[in-house]
Amino acid sequence: MGPVAAILPCGARLHLQHGPIDLVIGAKGDRDTAFRAAHSCFEGLLDRLVDELPILRTPVTGVPDPEGPVARRMYTAARVHSDVFVTPMAAVAGAVADEVLSAMRRATNLQSAYVNNGGDIALLLTGDETFTLAMATPDGRDLGRIILRTKDAIGGIATSGFGGRSLSCGIADSVTVLAADAASADVAATLIANAVNLPDHPAISRCPANQMRDDSDLGLRLVTKNCGSLTGAEINSALSNGAEAAEKMTCRRIIHGAAMFLRGQTRVAGSVSPFTHHDDRSLQIA
Amino acid sequence: MTTPRVKPEKIRCDACPVLCFIAEGRSGACDRYANHGGDLVRLDALTIIEGSDAKLVPFLADKRHPQDWDGNIVQQNRPFVTAVGAGTTYPDYKPAPFIVSQQVEDVDMVTVVTEGIFSYCGVKVKIDTDRHIGHERDVVRVNGEPIGHVMTSEYGSKMLSLGGVEHLTGGTKKEGRVTCDALLRLCNRDAVEMTIGEEEHQTSLVVQAGKAPIINGIEERLMRVGCGSAAIGMFAKQWFAHVDDVVVVDDHITGVLSEHQAGKMLDVPPTGIRVKGRRSTPGRYFQVAEPGTGWGGTNIEDPLVILDDFKPDVAWPGQRLMMISTTGEQYAYFVLDEDLVPQPAEMPDALEVSANRVSENCEPSVCSVLFMGGAGGSLRAGVTENPVRLTKSVKDSLTYVSCGGAQAYVWPGGGITVMVDVLDMPTNSFGYVPTPALVAPIEFTMRISDYGTLGGYTEEIRPVTEIISDQTRKVSQGESQPDPNARSNYRWNKGAKD
Repeated sequence: MGPVAAILPCGARLHLQHGPIDLVIGAKGDRDTAFRAAHSCFEGLLDRLVDELPILRTPVTGVPDPEGPVARRMYTAARVHSDVFVTPMAAVAGAVADEVLSAMRRATNLQSAYVNNGGDIALLLTGDETFTLAMATPDGRDLGRIILRTKDAIGGIATSGFGGRSLSCGIADSVTVLAADAASADVAATLIANAVNLPDHPAISRCPANQMRDDSDLGLRLVTKNCGSLTGAEINSALSNGAEAAEKMTCRRIIHGAAMFLRGQTRVAGSVSPFTHHDDRSLQIA
Repeated sequence: MTTPRVKPEKIRCDACPVLCFIAEGRSGACDRYANHGGDLVRLDALTIIEGSDAKLVPFLADKRHPQDWDGNIVQQNRPFVTAVGAGTTYPDYKPAPFIVSQQVEDVDMVTVVTEGIFSYCGVKVKIDTDRHIGHERDVVRVNGEPIGHVMTSEYGSKMLSLGGVEHLTGGTKKEGRVTCDALLRLCNRDAVEMTIGEEEHQTSLVVQAGKAPIINGIEERLMRVGCGSAAIGMFAKQWFAHVDDVVVVDDHITGVLSEHQAGKMLDVPPTGIRVKGRRSTPGRYFQVAEPGTGWGGTNIEDPLVILDDFKPDVAWPGQRLMMISTTGEQYAYFVLDEDLVPQPAEMPDALEVSANRVSENCEPSVCSVLFMGGAGGSLRAGVTENPVRLTKSVKDSLTYVSCGGAQAYVWPGGGITVMVDVLDMPTNSFGYVPTPALVAPIEFTMRISDYGTLGGYTEEIRPVTEIISDQTRKVSQGESQPDPNARSNYRWNKGAKD
């Protein structure tokens, strides 16, 4: 199956899908030009990515630099985290969103735009434009809203957690990260979600990643299979572990901020404000 | 389980350049394609129901030439887009994946189609049997994990309540996973093996929607027409002229014609019969034997074992006795000899006819699986920005709720708690998320004007013809199912004020 492109019925959004990539794109400005640019950038994008998969599934230290534009974005975003195990694959969703948004920006001056790759979002805001983000638990519980403005300088939003589409070494229900670009947010969300964890806790069962998913870039590394019941103190402690990792990244200016969720408890690191709640219905994207 | 598990082959998915290597039961990186018993299957084919007697078109029968059959059929028959395979949207406030419209008899109808993630859900299982499957409140286990319990018995049936949020997310992760898996299989019409009760009185049970239950390895056949006492009441008149006494053997209540009120009313004289077990009221006996898979749900194969010697001062040689089980599956005829011992004899034709009538009146034993779940606020938010208005619209009969096109019973009171027979839904309608929770299709159909009133995403409405593609799975409308678009479903049809 080749790439699929469709304008959603509202006429205002473009849907691009190929294999695991599923993009919903919105733009304010010369939308036609922007969508054409996004569409043409998407042609062959997955094939080029797949060509370099072996490199991208290898930890960043000691591999030759990849060449494709998306692959380079992945590599760059992953490399700054050389203190932990990470492969460029941790940035794949965000990097694809960044690349497509970047193609749109090169083609025309836009007031605002977003490329949403299954929850990992590349974002462009100018002037008074705002972007409202709703957060929910994997089972659909509303966790509130984040409203982003141009001055926040957020170009990427990503969410990761145990129970999501990718394997996680941690136990976070979800971790949402705001950063300058989506690839950086993507890697950070993955790593913070890994850090929301209780090492050696008896209620958490783990198994090698390649037993869960054959092609996993995590190989024999232990990923979370199940997590039994935890006390409030343990939840708090797991979130603290995540917050420590997130604060480090905030200090190093890799990310702007992160919100972590585990079993009803919430922790925020860096700046994720304004963090409004359920009553906010002024939704900017749809 | 002692059967050795053969590890099935992995397959290479060629749906896109990623070429995932997928093991049995797992999906690729996209979550769209999976290995199902060695076959590459698409997980999210959108399913539509065609409004007439259109034939069933196999889903992706020939992947390589999808254009071989066209979607033209849609113009002739009014289709209904089900939520099966519709997917979900995230975050919640995004409009549901498909909001489709079509004109139905001059009314613009809109259907909001989504696959809801039901954290609050379970199944109610009705098992047509009188055999002992466990006591009320006994725990039902799958792979050692508690997934539900035995609830109040219904007429001729045992009832189970399985799943629910307490088992899905209230227990251990393993309990949740096993529960979710069992619910998923039950809802998708697969067989699930379960055990009921604690070790000293454990029953094994295989439940599959629309199939007979298998209890302790024995497949149930018929649902009894009534208990032994009820059977006496129903058939006394057909029997008393041809026989001196009748014993209807049943695990619950065994009935005796000559002692039973029905026999007394027909002036059936005492026969001196003596039945083992605990006498309840005249002609009704509890516990004539142990529960089992023999006569009438007892463990007996020879019915005479439940009888003591006849009272010599009452019984007489030549006395005729029929013994029959409550399902009519077993019956025998005896005549007392000189020593008042019952001897097998040929049954008169008239009795044979009435014995067969007992079994004719027994319906086949089946398991019914009803999915029950609550459409939470977040699911409703995919339909409207004001979720409570959807609840109100449903209660006001302005919005019709269906699951995979099947009519859903909506419970009174708050929220939108629905119940639907999985057999009325397209096959494989259900999925799951690792939360764990079930993913079930749900559709809300209403007039476009009503959709606007409740704050719907009217700008997202697409004509139905746009939705249907060559990859759409088409199924015919369920025989017993009303058309969700039919006027009769709605209050405005009944002349009520809007």
